[in-house]
Amino acid sequence: MSQTNSSASSDFDKDMSEEKVFGTEPNHGGHDHPQSIEFGFWLYLMTDCLLFASFFATYAVLFMNTAGAPGGAELFDPKLVMAETGLLLTSTMTFGFAMVEARRCARTQAGTGKVLLWLGVTFLLGAGFVALEVHEFSGLIADGYGPDRSAFLSSFFALVGLHGLHVTAGLIWILFMILEVKIKGTGGRTLTRLGRLGLFWHFLDLVWVSVFTFVYLFGVAQ
Amino acid sequence: MSTSLIFGNLTWGAIPWSNTLVMTVLAVVAVIGFSILAAITYFKKWGYLWREWLTTVDHKKLGVMYIILALVMLLRGFSDAFMMRTQLAVATGGASGYLPPEHFDQIFSAHGVIMIIFMAMPFMIGLMNLILPLQIGARDVAYPFMNNLSFWLTFAGVFLVMISLGVGEFAKTGWVAYPPLSGKEYSPGVGVDYYLWALLISGIGTTMTGINFVMTILKMRTKSMKLMQMPIFVWTCLWSNVLIMAAFPILTAVLAMLALDRYLDFHFFTTTLGGNPMMYINLFWAWGHPEVYILILPAFGIFSEVVSTFTGKRLFGYTSMVVATGAIAVLSFLVWLHHFFTMGSTANVNAFFGIMTMIIAVPTGVKLINWLLTMFRGRIRFEEPMLWTIGFMVTFTIGGMTGVLLAVPGADYVLHNSLFLIAHFHNTLIGGALFGFFAGYTYWFPKAMGLRLDPTWGKRAFWLWITGFYVAFMPLYVLGFMGMTRRMNHTNNPEWTPWLIAACIGMFIIFAGIISQIIQLVVTYRHRKSEKLLDKTGDPWDGRTLEWGISSPPPIYNFAHFPKVSDRDAYAMMKKEGLNASKIEHYQDIELPKNTSAGFLIAGFFAVFGFAMVWHIWWLAIVCLIAAFVVFLVRCCQTDVEFKVGAEEVARTERAHEQTLIDAGVIRSNS
Repeated sequence: MSQTNSSASSDFDKDMSEEKVFGTEPNHGGHDHPQSIEFGFWLYLMTDCLLFASFFATYAVLFMNTAGAPGGAELFDPKLVMAETGLLLTSTMTFGFAMVEARRCARTQAGTGKVLLWLGVTFLLGAGFVALEVHEFSGLIADGYGPDRSAFLSSFFALVGLHGLHVTAGLIWILFMILEVKIKGTGGRTLTRLGRLGLFWHFLDLVWVSVFTFVYLFGVAQ
Repeated sequence: MSTSLIFGNLTWGAIPWSNTLVMTVLAVVAVIGFSILAAITYFKKWGYLWREWLTTVDHKKLGVMYIILALVMLLRGFSDAFMMRTQLAVATGGASGYLPPEHFDQIFSAHGVIMIIFMAMPFMIGLMNLILPLQIGARDVAYPFMNNLSFWLTFAGVFLVMISLGVGEFAKTGWVAYPPLSGKEYSPGVGVDYYLWALLISGIGTTMTGINFVMTILKMRTKSMKLMQMPIFVWTCLWSNVLIMAAFPILTAVLAMLALDRYLDFHFFTTTLGGNPMMYINLFWAWGHPEVYILILPAFGIFSEVVSTFTGKRLFGYTSMVVATGAIAVLSFLVWLHHFFTMGSTANVNAFFGIMTMIIAVPTGVKLINWLLTMFRGRIRFEEPMLWTIGFMVTFTIGGMTGVLLAVPGADYVLHNSLFLIAHFHNTLIGGALFGFFAGYTYWFPKAMGLRLDPTWGKRAFWLWITGFYVAFMPLYVLGFMGMTRRMNHTNNPEWTPWLIAACIGMFIIFAGIISQIIQLVVTYRHRKSEKLLDKTGDPWDGRTLEWGISSPPPIYNFAHFPKVSDRDAYAMMKKEGLNASKIEHYQDIELPKNTSAGFLIAGFFAVFGFAMVWHIWWLAIVCLIAAFVVFLVRCCQTDVEFKVGAEEVARTERAHEQTLIDAGVIRSNS
């Protein structure tokens, strides 16, 4: 509180080559630093987390309201969901590999072949997940259990669909990062972008674990 | 068939040709709009506007744009209030007045939405943009491009609300749009759709603002500024932005659900197939209550700055102020149910939320005591910002106490949805938030523009506003006790008539206050060269925080060197110790973000996207989404996004300002 000695001082004789009217400090703004940018992305993820929380809360309130239509126990196919979970969890691991390779490339100037490989694998696994989800949704709708059938199905489709939309956005992002790595290598900006994509991808995994537990496991166990 | 593929539900019938009132308003708006556009063309200002303002990423300019937007929307929202009060003053004793119910319903809905989302929010965010980076010694916000995008997304929301005036209709559901009334069955028109897309699009912009400013405050402060040395306005903005981050996703979620109900036959909030309308009301207020604190907390911050400056003293109880702000922010998430005690929860639930609501009055009371004790034995200068502050302290105390009264569930059962409630929240939002923004507007106007607002007209505006406020809203308390409910189009109770007329007179006094504020701007502009108004030193009020240590208006880079902060009232401390002329020989180049048209374009596509969704023009909606995405991609690929302000230019600017300060006797020269 009282380090007044270093601010604009009344001491005329002191050498004040670094001081101005104002007392100064030659440092730089934060927006160049990857760590700062990453912190901002964390903030975004927190807002996204609350978006999901709202949909989870709605699901928790509405999942009993099946309006005469079947509930989760009848409609969910545990094997399909298991496969989806397997794909997404594996993809989070392969993304981790991609990230390790990217850091190594940035350090050693090695080729980006392995980064691209693992990103590609991640993309395929994620695309498989989305394909299975689309399969599940279209099956339900074809059987007459679309989101317009009951409040339970509305909240189910919205919550799981919101996650699916996020994964799809992540897939598009992966595609563009594959392009960027291919064209520009793993320079500073590309690496921080990959880092943020990683945060996003792992975050979606965490959300899926919650969806899997609270929607599917509880639903089947009813 | 083919036309509906191209134009969706949009037809010529969407324009209310037969409604003379609306058409007159539209004609006037069109004439004003065209003359402005013509004037810009005539004076060849399009290039200037585009380069210097529309594409700017400079937080100061964005702040000014936000505030201009807010003031324009204040006029729009006020004209709604004008119509409602005059309608109710004449539509008594069986008369039906001049506004038919379906029009009146749109007016009160638009009034609420505009005043909260498109007036108070931009005003608050504008002041924050303008001042906050200066107070923490930063050169810009953390994400300047995102800041620009946030502004234009807010503008896209404004665009949708404004265009609903002429194409189609606005919601008739009240600003809260409760289902099932706002569902497809009871609101088949496009009004609720306009409401949904305006709020969804601008809400995303606001969420980004929240992220941007939390990041700015935590990461962009000048290195020597510790958290507990931040000016109190920064603290209140920090909490306010944390609340934005925590609350606005809930609004996005609940409005998206309502949109799914309306567009794709989902059953979240319908009364059939298991939907639960109360879920909407819960989620809406889980956003809505924090929202009022999002608005009021920065206003509290402004009052703290103003009280301290115009008393010439350090703020009393800084730490308790910080803690109280945090307490309010946390508690604001634990009171939402008091908006619907009559939902029929158990007595225990209602009691819990009633008590929590009363508890929130405690930290607010702490703040009031702190302001009073700051003023105690101070040498108070009754300048205009101080007048707004004192007006606030009296008015807000009354509004707060009626709030505590409403927090008693038993009393709420009698008073809910009555004009007592209307009086209460206008008492807090006008007497609290709006007065605060006006205080900030007059306090920081010199910083933004380099000259003070004309004080004479400012004081007139203040006295008219506060008198008008009491005359307009105190009768509403009485009417609430007499049993008059809100959102009535006409009344037939002779006992109410005098009070309604009194409220209408109060509205006219406020109107005079607004006219005074417009005159104040004109007078200020005409006297822009007068010594009395010019702010040459950058410190017209004997300010205490960093923003007063640089020139008015600040140079584009704000600070040539990042200031060294050793005290809470950093600049007051520097002045106390004596300011010296610089001995710096060398200035450095400063890198700043380049302007970009990406924000304007993305938000423009989102505005058209919203319009297309309202009218079910699916192809256009898809095209706009893709276009917005493409612009975003192009922006992501740009690498050359910064420009340099050369060291010589910095040196020239800084030395010129320094010479002004030496001439004014503010600082001692070296020689």
